[in-house]
Amino acid sequence: MTNEAQSRDMQVKGKQEVAGAEQTRPGPVFIPAVDIFENENGITLMADMPGVATEDINIDVRESTLTLTGEIKPFENADETDILVEYETGQYYRQFTLPELVDQDKIDAQLKDGVLTLVLPKAEAAKPRKIEIKSN
Amino acid sequence: MITRRFLDFPDFGWRNPFEEMDRVRRYLDQVRGQADAGYRIPQAGVFPLVNLTETKENYILRAELPGVKAEDLDIQATGRNINISGQRTIEPDPNARYHRREREAGWFSRALTLPGDIDREKIEAQLTNGVLTLTIAKSEKARPKQIQIKG
Repeated sequence: MTNEAQSRDMQVKGKQEVAGAEQTRPGPVFIPAVDIFENENGITLMADMPGVATEDINIDVRESTLTLTGEIKPFENADETDILVEYETGQYYRQFTLPELVDQDKIDAQLKDGVLTLVLPKAEAAKPRKIEIKSN
Repeated sequence: MITRRFLDFPDFGWRNPFEEMDRVRRYLDQVRGQADAGYRIPQAGVFPLVNLTETKENYILRAELPGVKAEDLDIQATGRNINISGQRTIEPDPNARYHRREREAGWFSRALTLPGDIDREKIEAQLTNGVLTLTIAKSEKARPKQIQIKG
């Protein structure tokens, strides 16, 4: 992201709700906003999941599908009455298809300030290799 | 439409030719407003979105601020107003190739007027898992008082 983008004023973006989600739990399900970028060592995925505690995040890799789910525990106390409700809270759910080059055993996950960072390292075979030309 | 108006009101002569267009524009704005209201939660349109609740003693204000550090947040209380401003920074990786970029960075400022008087000395702020929670004590006058009925 450029410096220009950093100095902008932030715009309100409503949460994206999963359309026609088939779910077993009641309540809304949202799609977390993500950044996905790739460098020579691997792919990094960052997802905004505010309100989710570390133990409530579920990262599931099955074959080549990565599923992120995050549960929000109700944090309002029973004696609170709503005055203004601008956003809803609910579960987070998003699925990604992993490219074959990801080393699935070495996926690293970290949650900080409501942002989940997943580092998906590339398998050794997939890393770009510079071929040195030997000269006699 | 202009022609028809001439026929309807021949005595009025030439009026502002843009009047008709203004009317159409207002009508379209109205229609669009109605369509939006159907599926959208009313919001101020200013980042961050907040939820406000109250108990007998406190107002509780919550805002989702993922990736914002406590030191980048500035919270001020003036009178009944609470002002939350700050910056969300996303460190770019210059060597990376982006596949998807949905998360935004930038400055924000949100002012909110609470419905009752508050005790500015008793405001607690907490930032957990990207959710800011402000617990704002109501002033003595704003708290409900139980009235006993004398028998």
